[in-house]
Amino acid sequence: MSDLNLTRTLGAVNLNNLPADPPARGTAESWAGFLADEQIRDVIVVGSGPAGYTAAIYAARAGLKPLVLEGAVTAGGALMNTTEVENYPGFPEGVMGPDLMGHMRTQAERFGAEMITDDAVEVDLTGDVKTVTDTEGNTYRAHAVILATGSGYRRLGIPEEDTYSGRGVSWCATCDGFFFRDKDIAVVGGGDSAAEEATFLTRFAKSVTLVHRRDTLRASKIMAARVERDPKITPAWNSEIVGMGGAKTLESLTLRDARTGETRELAVQGLFEAIGHIPRSELLVGQVHLDESGYVIVDGDSTRTNLRGVFACGDLVDHTYRQAITAAGSGCRAALDAERFLAELHDEAQPPIR
Amino acid sequence: MSEVTEVTDSDFVDRVVMNPKPTLVDYWADWCAPCKQISPIIDELAREHGDKMDFVKLDTNTNPRTPTEQGILALPTLQVFVGGRVVKSIQGARSKGALLKVLTEFF
Repeated sequence: MSDLNLTRTLGAVNLNNLPADPPARGTAESWAGFLADEQIRDVIVVGSGPAGYTAAIYAARAGLKPLVLEGAVTAGGALMNTTEVENYPGFPEGVMGPDLMGHMRTQAERFGAEMITDDAVEVDLTGDVKTVTDTEGNTYRAHAVILATGSGYRRLGIPEEDTYSGRGVSWCATCDGFFFRDKDIAVVGGGDSAAEEATFLTRFAKSVTLVHRRDTLRASKIMAARVERDPKITPAWNSEIVGMGGAKTLESLTLRDARTGETRELAVQGLFEAIGHIPRSELLVGQVHLDESGYVIVDGDSTRTNLRGVFACGDLVDHTYRQAITAAGSGCRAALDAERFLAELHDEAQPPIR
Repeated sequence: MSEVTEVTDSDFVDRVVMNPKPTLVDYWADWCAPCKQISPIIDELAREHGDKMDFVKLDTNTNPRTPTEQGILALPTLQVFVGGRVVKSIQGARSKGALLKVLTEFF
């Protein structure tokens, strides 16, 4: 095996050993050599989940041999912490979120996607050659990057939250519900996730209070109806959590009525937060244009960012829909946009016709 | 260098609390996806640093007594025992780099 092949297999290069900068545009021959540089990949996908894995499937099938930095502990994305997914087309009996992600990952690998189970900690996306560095210090280089880092849990943002995190306050019903057998607990939120978690937690808990700041759920009708029917679930409408208490672990919440401002105590041993997500775009600040909420701004209905060769998909760009299927769809579009971009790069590298 | 071994409710005191060596306990369950993500990281740490610290895991599903006594309310939780006392408790999945940073004083 030649050194070049070895480098390609390992997928990583030491930044100190990099060849010189890419050639200036317009010198077609050197530009062609630059594109043929074995150490520079066609495309890196940063992040996984339905968007990242779908982008990897499409890019792999296009022969682009994508490298996927799927995340150290977030691999598979938000669906890894869900239970049954009932609305992903093609699974009439429903599918477990982690199983669905496992299938997508396997499908991407089948066509030649290479998985790195680590986080990106540094990116430089501004030049013609993009670099992505993982926690072990490996730097990967590519002509195109697809960003699919998704979103993280939104927190209530009250001071006691840190004190009771892991001591009664949780963001993962499937992980921690078991410890609240025959306890009184609360779920905060009003969307599908909150409704799903509240319903799931009735398997363990004695009672579930669903705390929501409005007077109706934002959740889909079928989920809202399930909540209403459940004798173990009591809604606390128009209520905001403004405080938490307890000696060592959580024992009570302070709720404020959003209309009257009156406060009351609610005795619970557990609180599960399902108040939505915030985009995981910290790495991109100063390079990729973000909107005021931190979502990546893309060009029209494409996945193109302000940077040439950088594409974004999934929850990272999606204010509105944030479904597994919409994320998968946008991952597909990102791979197709990247493929088109790479084809244009190769066209630019052709010597001019005389 | 060494492997992560299973502890249970019945041998937790002998193998963790009474252990003269610092011991890391990984509380897990098969329904916990983040537990599965950090499990290979704990395996690696055991191989690399097993001479300084024992690494054990406890299935909270089949061993309910110990998690209750230890006040475990979230998975994954990692505890470090030194001389019978919990000196570190880490909740939630972390990357290997982040865990190394927290555990480096024991290695």
